[in-house]
Amino acid sequence: MATVQSDRLFGKSIKRREDPRFVTGRGTYVDDVKLPGTTYAAFVRSPHAHARIRTIDTAEAKRHPGVVAVFTGADMTGVNSLPCGWDLRQSKNIPGVVQDLAMVPHMPLTSDVARHVGDPVAVVIADSRDAATDAAEKVKVDWEVLPSVTATDKATAPGAARVHDAAPDNIAFKWELGGGDVDGAFKKADVVVKKRIVNQRLVANAMEPRACLARFDEATGELTLWVTSQNPHVHRLLMCAFVLGIPEHKVRVIAPDVGGGFGSKIFLYNEEVVCSWATRQLKRPVRWTSTRREAYLTDAHGRDHVTDAELALAKDGTMLGLRVKTTANLGAYLSTFAPAVPTFLYGTLLNGVYQIGAINCQVTGVFTNTTAVDAYRGAGRPEACYVLERIVEAGARALKMDVAEIRKKNFIPKFSGAFQTLVAVSYDSGDYGAALDKLLQMFDYKKFRAEQEAARKQGRLLGIGFSTYIEACSIAPSKVVGALGAGAGLYESGKVRVHPTGMVSVYTGSHSHGQGHETTFAQLVADELQIPIEQVEIIHGDTGQIPFGMGTYGSRSASVGGTAILMSINKIKEKGKRIAAHLLEASPKDIDYVNGSFQVKGVPDKAVPFGAVSLTAYVPHNYPDGLEPGLEETSFYDPSNFCFPFGAHACVVEVERDTGAVKLLRYLAVDDVGNVINPMIVDGMVHGGIAQGIGQALWEGAVYDVQSGQLMTGTMSDYALPKADLLPMYETGRTVTPTPVNPLGIKGAGETGTIAATPCVVNAVVDALAGLGVDHIEAMPLTTERVWQTIQAATAKR
Amino acid sequence: MYPAAFEYHTPGSVREALSLLGKLGDDAKLLAGGHSLIPMMKLRLAQPKHVIDLRRVPGLAGIKDDKGTIVIGAMTTHWQVESSPVLREKCPIVSDTAGVIGDPAVRNVGTIGGSLAHADPAADMPATAIAAGFEFVCEGAKGRRTVKADDWFKGLMSTAVGDDEILVEIRVPAWAAGSGGAYLKFPHPASRFAVVGAAAMVTLDGTGVCTKASVGITGAGTKAVRAKGVEAGLTGQTLDQATIEVAAQKAAEGVDVQADLQGSVEYKSHLCRVFARRAIEAAVKRAKG
Ligand SMILES: Cc1cc2nc3c(=O)[nH]c(=O)nc-3n(C[C@H](O)[C@H](O)[C@H](O)COP(=O)(O)OP(=O)(O)OC[C@H]3O[C@@H](n4cnc5c(N)ncnc54)[C@H](O)[C@@H]3O)c2cc1C
Repeated sequence: MATVQSDRLFGKSIKRREDPRFVTGRGTYVDDVKLPGTTYAAFVRSPHAHARIRTIDTAEAKRHPGVVAVFTGADMTGVNSLPCGWDLRQSKNIPGVVQDLAMVPHMPLTSDVARHVGDPVAVVIADSRDAATDAAEKVKVDWEVLPSVTATDKATAPGAARVHDAAPDNIAFKWELGGGDVDGAFKKADVVVKKRIVNQRLVANAMEPRACLARFDEATGELTLWVTSQNPHVHRLLMCAFVLGIPEHKVRVIAPDVGGGFGSKIFLYNEEVVCSWATRQLKRPVRWTSTRREAYLTDAHGRDHVTDAELALAKDGTMLGLRVKTTANLGAYLSTFAPAVPTFLYGTLLNGVYQIGAINCQVTGVFTNTTAVDAYRGAGRPEACYVLERIVEAGARALKMDVAEIRKKNFIPKFSGAFQTLVAVSYDSGDYGAALDKLLQMFDYKKFRAEQEAARKQGRLLGIGFSTYIEACSIAPSKVVGALGAGAGLYESGKVRVHPTGMVSVYTGSHSHGQGHETTFAQLVADELQIPIEQVEIIHGDTGQIPFGMGTYGSRSASVGGTAILMSINKIKEKGKRIAAHLLEASPKDIDYVNGSFQVKGVPDKAVPFGAVSLTAYVPHNYPDGLEPGLEETSFYDPSNFCFPFGAHACVVEVERDTGAVKLLRYLAVDDVGNVINPMIVDGMVHGGIAQGIGQALWEGAVYDVQSGQLMTGTMSDYALPKADLLPMYETGRTVTPTPVNPLGIKGAGETGTIAATPCVVNAVVDALAGLGVDHIEAMPLTTERVWQTIQAATAKR
Repeated sequence: MYPAAFEYHTPGSVREALSLLGKLGDDAKLLAGGHSLIPMMKLRLAQPKHVIDLRRVPGLAGIKDDKGTIVIGAMTTHWQVESSPVLREKCPIVSDTAGVIGDPAVRNVGTIGGSLAHADPAADMPATAIAAGFEFVCEGAKGRRTVKADDWFKGLMSTAVGDDEILVEIRVPAWAAGSGGAYLKFPHPASRFAVVGAAAMVTLDGTGVCTKASVGITGAGTKAVRAKGVEAGLTGQTLDQATIEVAAQKAAEGVDVQADLQGSVEYKSHLCRVFARRAIEAAVKRAKG
């Protein structure tokens, strides 16, 4: 039966098994699921950033042909607020909390005040999408327009509009973390650099917009929700336990093929709840598919920090102390994991890859009349890396020290097992100098500096930027995150079902929305069971099939989800040994699993193939006494620590003096993500991540009009995503430092590029302008005008 | 988004289209390539009750040489303009300009007539229409009339074409000997429309003196305009770098520069000067062959 797998698949760039279905347009996305009798929902949204609802008149909309129902918040009696799953309250003994999180309500349809443009106030449900869309325009809302506040650094200013009565100064929480004698460090510093560093707001822009389809089956009392989710069990739990109060076992959440998430599909959203509630009222399926315009207004945004950072340095470049004060814009409501992002996913990364004498980080989360902000690829870690990598380079410039040299001087030396940072977390393994060394082997740094000097003499502005980053992924040890305020555990499940014929179905609690689980996990399973990959199927995204799982984000699928699968495979092998021992009349202790067969140690012809054992498990005629039939195992893996990938990136740019345009000439990346299952897939994630990081540095940014609070960048012709022709060919490399945290030695690779690339590009542009006396640019993206104005200001000064 | 409901008409002649237009008045919109109109309808910024599709009207597309004047049908696609051997030979700046509009998908469907009738302030062709001296032939119930480029662009998305008229063709004079032209733009990082675009045409005599200069600026203001100050600074001069530099300083004069997310008035005015200079330099290079 099972042919022998001669080579290990682990480490091989095999082609993605899911791609034929995607590239031929035969995937099944939520919008492809068709059900008879479906109705279509269209949401009536606030056109104002902040406005009180005096009345809502739905009469004309209800009369529109094809309309089945119109609901407002007042109709949704018994429905609760969307929950925030991360609770920062002092009484819970959560470290660092200085002021309690204001748990403000977030109703699926707001009925008192709309707090951002796009806030839904009513839903029209009709027989067709067109009828629903047309009728939604006929819902008349009498608005009392209120003053609004959208800017992060204006949220707590005296007289700023108040977003929630429960948060008087628009302060959502205050939080602090650190260690060491910070004041002492600054006192003894030879040089202190202080910079304002703004990390602008981004829009996730997954290729597939959010969508849901909810069907209530009156006969069985079951509700099925197809939804664009990165974590279907989390969606189900939050919706059942907190919002709708319906029994969890009567709800099935299916996230079929999902076209990208970048974090934005982790969260429970208004529309999914409204459709799930409405199908129970109407006894007909209810569908909603976001338009791109709605996506810009309602998908959780990312980043949006304003930070004042100070670095204390000794003359020789030693980093003595770091002070960081950040205001984090949370938007109008608390999205599902919002408070975690600018705190435990941010402050804990401020030690970076450096030995720093003392660190203090203070964060104020604020409410504004903007779309809610939550995790976006990297989530908190890019913001931390950006602050650190910018302030370190500013420090080097102040000391007239080389930017690579200052890093080398302060790197944490190679270690394995643990490095305790000043900001709570303990690193797993690292060799930070090695990554930069490797990068500098790929690139002649000295020669570049000579070229740069020569170019400067001709008036050309060339620059190089570095970024030596760390990230925390493989999220996360449940006890640790619980102690930090998480409402959930962050283990993962993996179930392996061996069928009688030796075919294997694997059920993972993690979810692929682009990551390639169907390939990567199958490589792992085929390897471990030494069977052809064609015998392995990976199933995910359906609470009706998979054991309770936590989903995909925080670069956790391979490390946490993969380990859960490995644990189940090990159990399968153990059971298989007992069955084989019985068939071979040997002791289980004497059975080895070799080349897809259970064999008596050292006696290759006394062996039973995997398929014979699986058949015996289901036809247990000749079978060990006391052993259960069947061959199926489930495991839950809860990691003992985060994993900490790291690396070194560099990029070379040329700035056009006339226009301020930045041209990327080279981009080099060395990443250490631990062991790698499929290098091609990891490269793909690195490439995409770098593009996203470059996008933030140069082009992307959500801009709100100060007066009206309108989102000015609400379409793809206003919000500039990275385009392939603007990116150079990436030059990538890897070092491999396996993590001791999990048996696979995998750290995680989903976010590294996004984290490293942004400061790398900004550092390069600043370097290009350094000859003019520039040592900092406060805000991103580095639009052509921003760069041009920087050049004007610098040349005017000289 | 999805457009509001509308009636769809497919006239088979200009006359039929005109009679529909006369009958339906303000409730109707002409449809050419749809690459400006349909996005606006999807956002419901435009909600015409009737759409009159010109794509079935014979004779509105095509490029021909009419005794030294190149005649481009209004329904000619950007790609046809870009790849036309006649235009490439007789007035290549028009093909060059068409070639930087959007991407191939846009150029295969969008039309020159649609672009010039729509008059998006950031569209590319309007700058070249001014520089190359296009003439616009409009047809109405009472017959045809011709409008000069300088009289065509009236304001933000507004042109000289009447509500009851159809732009049927564009007439482009062939280049005089010793001419060269170039259109250069600073693309919007998201849409790639022109944040600023400059089209320049120069004619040099045997001694290298500029006998005629024509410069159009798009993107920066509410409509494309002729940069008269620049033209005056070039005409009668030998076009060395310093002369061009000085002349280009006037590029933003007469442009009602609008500040937006892409730039302040100061920056966009500066870009007008930079792109005027670059376009003139390129034009001179080509004029010299
Ligand atoms: C993704 C994208 C990128 C683009 N990038 C660019 C770019 O970089 N540069 C650029 O210049 N343009 C760009 N465009 C716009 C494109 O060039 C359009 O094709 C053009 O502006 C309109 O031409 P159309 O044939 O599509 O006209 P339509 O959209 O069909 O019509 C536009 C308007 O003109 C009117 N109209 C059309 N034909 C006539 C006529 N014969 N007589 C009277 N009125 C008429 C219509 O009623 C309508 O109001 C882009 C468009 C898209 C979708």
